[in-house]
Amino acid sequence: MNPLPSSNQNFDLDIRNVHKSFGKKVVLDGINVFIKDGEFVTLLGPSGCGKTTLLRIIAGFEKADAGEIVLSGKVISDRSPSKRPINTVFQSYALFPHLNIFNNIAFGLKSHKVPKDEIERRVNKMMEIVNITDLAKEMPATLSGGQRQRVALARALVNEPDILLLDEPLSALDANLRKKLQVELRELQKKTDTTFILVTHDQDEAIAVSDRILVMYKGQIIQDGSPEDIYEHPVNRFVATFIGEANILECERVSEKLAKTNFGNLVLEKDPTWEKGGIAIRMEDIHVCTPNESFAENVYPAKILERIFRGDYWELIAELPGVGACESLKLRVMTDPDEIYNPGDQVNLYIDPQYLQVLSD
Amino acid sequence: MSKRKLPIFATVLALIGFLLLYLPMFLVVQQSFNASKHGLTWGGFTLDWYTGLFDNAMVQTTTINTLVLAVVSTLVATLLGTLLAIGIHRTPWGKKMRYFYDMSINVPVVTPDILMAIALAVVFALFRSWTSLFEPGMLTMIIAHVTLEISFVVLVVQSRLVSIGKEQIEAARDLYASTAGAWCRVILPQLSTAIISGALLAFTLSLDDFILSFFTSGPESQTLPLYIYGSLKRGISPQIHALSTIIFSLTLFIMLLLVLKGIRKEHKLAKSK
Repeated sequence: MNPLPSSNQNFDLDIRNVHKSFGKKVVLDGINVFIKDGEFVTLLGPSGCGKTTLLRIIAGFEKADAGEIVLSGKVISDRSPSKRPINTVFQSYALFPHLNIFNNIAFGLKSHKVPKDEIERRVNKMMEIVNITDLAKEMPATLSGGQRQRVALARALVNEPDILLLDEPLSALDANLRKKLQVELRELQKKTDTTFILVTHDQDEAIAVSDRILVMYKGQIIQDGSPEDIYEHPVNRFVATFIGEANILECERVSEKLAKTNFGNLVLEKDPTWEKGGIAIRMEDIHVCTPNESFAENVYPAKILERIFRGDYWELIAELPGVGACESLKLRVMTDPDEIYNPGDQVNLYIDPQYLQVLSD
Repeated sequence: MSKRKLPIFATVLALIGFLLLYLPMFLVVQQSFNASKHGLTWGGFTLDWYTGLFDNAMVQTTTINTLVLAVVSTLVATLLGTLLAIGIHRTPWGKKMRYFYDMSINVPVVTPDILMAIALAVVFALFRSWTSLFEPGMLTMIIAHVTLEISFVVLVVQSRLVSIGKEQIEAARDLYASTAGAWCRVILPQLSTAIISGALLAFTLSLDDFILSFFTSGPESQTLPLYIYGSLKRGISPQIHALSTIIFSLTLFIMLLLVLKGIRKEHKLAKSK
């Protein structure tokens, strides 16, 4: 059994019905995912949702109570971490403080007794790829956070793993560097053509880097899709509010594709499955009508309460008066920087039916 | 820039402290060069007490005994203590057991030496009824010293293990090292300074010890502290002062080396930043 990759093989990862509890606390409750070779997948969720535990089970640091992990058609659940062709970038990087950068990166190759000249060649090439060629002789303690992060990536990728696991790899860095490294991470993944599985609680990061996002909540995967898909079609309240920010309207079903909320009836594209439930609308999908615009449906009068400057857009808080005995509702609306509305203005808001997301709950 | 005034009260206190610490030692050093046998008068400078040491067979054998005891007990205690620390660290104790274990390591540290000495003497007496191996002598002293030192080694090594953290092992395992490989290539190198400080601590404890040796030594295994204590009964010979001065100078020398090393390390770090 050679944990180093061989050619012409599909490194698909199949996670089958994985369960895990710590004591009485259920951490993973039946996880089923198929991850294709070369995908950049993000496990996204709040802390305590089980995402890190799932990552640790894939790496082999934790054992699942039930279920199996299958890589390239072989069950690897019972293999120790050292026998899996999978490498990890740890949250705190876990560089070896007593070894210089070259020896840190060469560690995995040395474990496999790779010949010396090949180690030299591969480590040097990897250091070029992540732009740290001048650090070979440095010790980890003298590096900056961003440099450590690159060393951690190089140390894992130099082994040419079938899968690279990244446990919140950017969380220790400041915001600017984080944005820069997100782009680099994405490029690195394309360049090395390796499956990346990233764990994060940062939705912006997940959207920026991934091909596919698995949203986790309370030990389950509640939505699985592309970043666009998850952003535009959140399945429930949790996803709608966790990824981006959405207005959630409490609605009652009136008839087919028609729901009633406080400020009037909403025409929908899809028929709700519930009698009472939530409908999400993103603030950029609410349109403030100009005086000469008119729409046949879903137009509601509103009063601007507040205007907040957000740099590249204005955020408006609009109050929509309730119909009949209903209370008024406040919605958050996004407008372009050149569209100026002031508190107190009376406007009409139009909501395109295609942007109204009927949630499952 | 205005010159900062030293607070008078604190300065005086500090000076008194320094005097209390170093005056007795200074007097001993002075006495070791005093030709007059009884220290109250200065009888002129002499090195006789030092040369006398080299003719004193008792001093030589007890010095050798002390060093053998210290070296052997340190080696044994460091090896066992390190293994014990690793074992305790790796065992997945429940929370309550963990407290119990930490306590059981700490108890020997806080127990008065004399209790431990008497306990060991009793145990050795018991063992003597089966085998003559436990006749008072070097072996019983080594066992006694190891018993004392082991807890200190465990404490030092264990606290370093905790600060290394489990991610280091996981990282090594993730990079295909076997469990043994992970320990040898990652943990032990990082543990080495702690093991060395544990060993140094053990060594000093052994050199320093009087009580344990007093209760477990035999006629053939006198140590320096025992010899000095014994010679008190005959009145302190200035030779003892000479011996004390040598030991004091050696310790001072080692301390100086360590301080210099520390300063150099700081310089290096400051440069690289």
